[in-house]
Amino acid sequence: MYQYNDFDEAFVRERVAQFSAQVQRRIDGSLTEDEFKPLRLMNGLYLQLHAYMLRVAVPYGTLNGRQMRQLAHIARTYDKGYGHFTTRQNIQFNWPKLKDVPQILSDLADVEMHAIQTSGNTIRNVTADHFAGAAKDEIADPRPYAELLRQWSTDHPEFQFLPRKFKIAVSGSTHDRAVVRAHDIGLEIVEKDGERGFRVLIGGGLGRTPIIGKVAREFLPEADLLPYCEAIVSVYNLLGRRDNKYKARIKITVHETGLEEISRMIEERFSQIRPAFTGVDQQLLGQIKDAFSAPDYVAKDDDAFQIAYDNDPLFRAWVDTNVTDHVRDDHAIVSISIKTPGQTPGDATAEQMVAMAELAESFGYDELRISHEQNVILPHVARADLPEVHAALRDVGLAAANIGLISDIIACPGMDYCALATARSIPVAQDIALRFEELKLAHDIGPLKIKISGCINACGHHHVGHIGILGLDRAGVENYQITLGGDGTEDAAIGTRTGPGFAYDEIVPAIERLLLAYLDLREGEDETFLQAYRRVGMEPFKAALYPEKEKVDAA
Amino acid sequence: MPRAFTPKVVTANRLLEGDAVWLTADDRWTTDMSEAELIEDEAVSQDRLLFAMGQADVVVGAYLADAKAGEDGPEPTHFREAFRTRGPSNYAHGKQAEA
Repeated sequence: MYQYNDFDEAFVRERVAQFSAQVQRRIDGSLTEDEFKPLRLMNGLYLQLHAYMLRVAVPYGTLNGRQMRQLAHIARTYDKGYGHFTTRQNIQFNWPKLKDVPQILSDLADVEMHAIQTSGNTIRNVTADHFAGAAKDEIADPRPYAELLRQWSTDHPEFQFLPRKFKIAVSGSTHDRAVVRAHDIGLEIVEKDGERGFRVLIGGGLGRTPIIGKVAREFLPEADLLPYCEAIVSVYNLLGRRDNKYKARIKITVHETGLEEISRMIEERFSQIRPAFTGVDQQLLGQIKDAFSAPDYVAKDDDAFQIAYDNDPLFRAWVDTNVTDHVRDDHAIVSISIKTPGQTPGDATAEQMVAMAELAESFGYDELRISHEQNVILPHVARADLPEVHAALRDVGLAAANIGLISDIIACPGMDYCALATARSIPVAQDIALRFEELKLAHDIGPLKIKISGCINACGHHHVGHIGILGLDRAGVENYQITLGGDGTEDAAIGTRTGPGFAYDEIVPAIERLLLAYLDLREGEDETFLQAYRRVGMEPFKAALYPEKEKVDAA
Repeated sequence: MPRAFTPKVVTANRLLEGDAVWLTADDRWTTDMSEAELIEDEAVSQDRLLFAMGQADVVVGAYLADAKAGEDGPEPTHFREAFRTRGPSNYAHGKQAEA
């Protein structure tokens, strides 16, 4: 893992001191809210529906045990004993008091963490594949590049006041687990003639106008990463619309300018600034790569694993859903489900965080990841240790065997917390998970991604859910629109709306009708919901969702 | 024709704690909406909002929210404002825990 050097340490400490003084000046009345708001947002502090909310960056979702313990400490000391893992691989605390925030930031700095640029019109936390460094299909670990981009973008003087927020994701595998096509810049590590580089996508994004990213460069040599990204953000900074918040993201800039023209402008800017990058960035990248070298794996005999797998059905079910093959045969990737049916997706208690930290330290080479799907990953666990890991997770209520199944739902905080939300998300996710738990249909239904957003901004990625749910305010009542056929992988697609929305108490029955229809029409158990939708299209699902309308039309 | 004025309350979030509060007729900020001043006149509502916005050392983001007269005092008319009087639906946190 990357460790702060003296410069990083001094920078973060200085920012804590600066923001502490700003909070003090706000409290004593020297700063107005208008003056203070941009300052607090630059430090990840929002004011939400019931309280302040602090969003803490987890760079590319990577944490060690000590950092996870500190998050638990913060949850216990300054919050209500839990934290919320987000779709941007961050963690949010929902109840901090303004006066405590400087101390929270200081506690974070003690473990090389911060909340800088987790809000505002800046380059946000760079996200990456949560299986980075462990995935079998990986060309190269994306995290060194993500870290390089983090260092470059943090406090970059040219990019502190962009037209709008800016998100970069990096994937190093053939299978996209980082939704790179829904980012302002998506980077895919590729190899051409033995040389490593990137396929660069620009202008992807969800929100009000969902657009799949477009290829700006099919192959960008590794050494050109920073100057090319700088050229993209620089062109966007000039062209991006500041007159209309809803048209300010780069996806609109790309759309309005045209891919060809904006690519030309990016290349022109690139050729101007490329000579200024004299290779210092590449030296730095070399050092960063060393920090991300693979752990010293300990080979273990996996007899204990086989015995448990053959004899313990609970363990077997958990392995079959939550454990993924590792680059090494005697190791595995463990996805810890933060989605026990009935619980809030992404919420972990302080006790659970400590348990996960202990597991990482004892069995996982001290590494943890936060996934954009709001789960926690132990990327390197010896197969022999899986029974013990499973038992420890059961003790703290984290052994739900549902990764990739219907109850593994992404849900934004929605109107239970978020000031921007137009409807609630969390209780809809809870109710769907509980209903299908009751029906015992999760395994019959198989792989399914339901994603729920409580407003058009789409933090819950509903556009790329196989089933997407969008909560809206329709004439003062919560109303939920369904989209089908979305996909967040390398085959990215935006879901299509089924028709009129459903009331709060109608949405779970609607999802149930939809999935019963799927079970009826699929060609076999191997045909997933998404495959079935692609084969038969919208109509059979519409018929299941709107039976009354069918009757009227037939009459 | 301009739309008829619907009754309002002045609401905001407390600067230090961030929780939702409402303005009372005697210029206090209360965490109990039923104690709020229900404003039936548009000119008065603007006047009270200006007063609230002048209290920047106490509250943040003051605005006028629709409300109606209930048995014990003003009540919310929109679900968002109703949630603000209670707290989130996934945990007994916020105002519902303090009641």
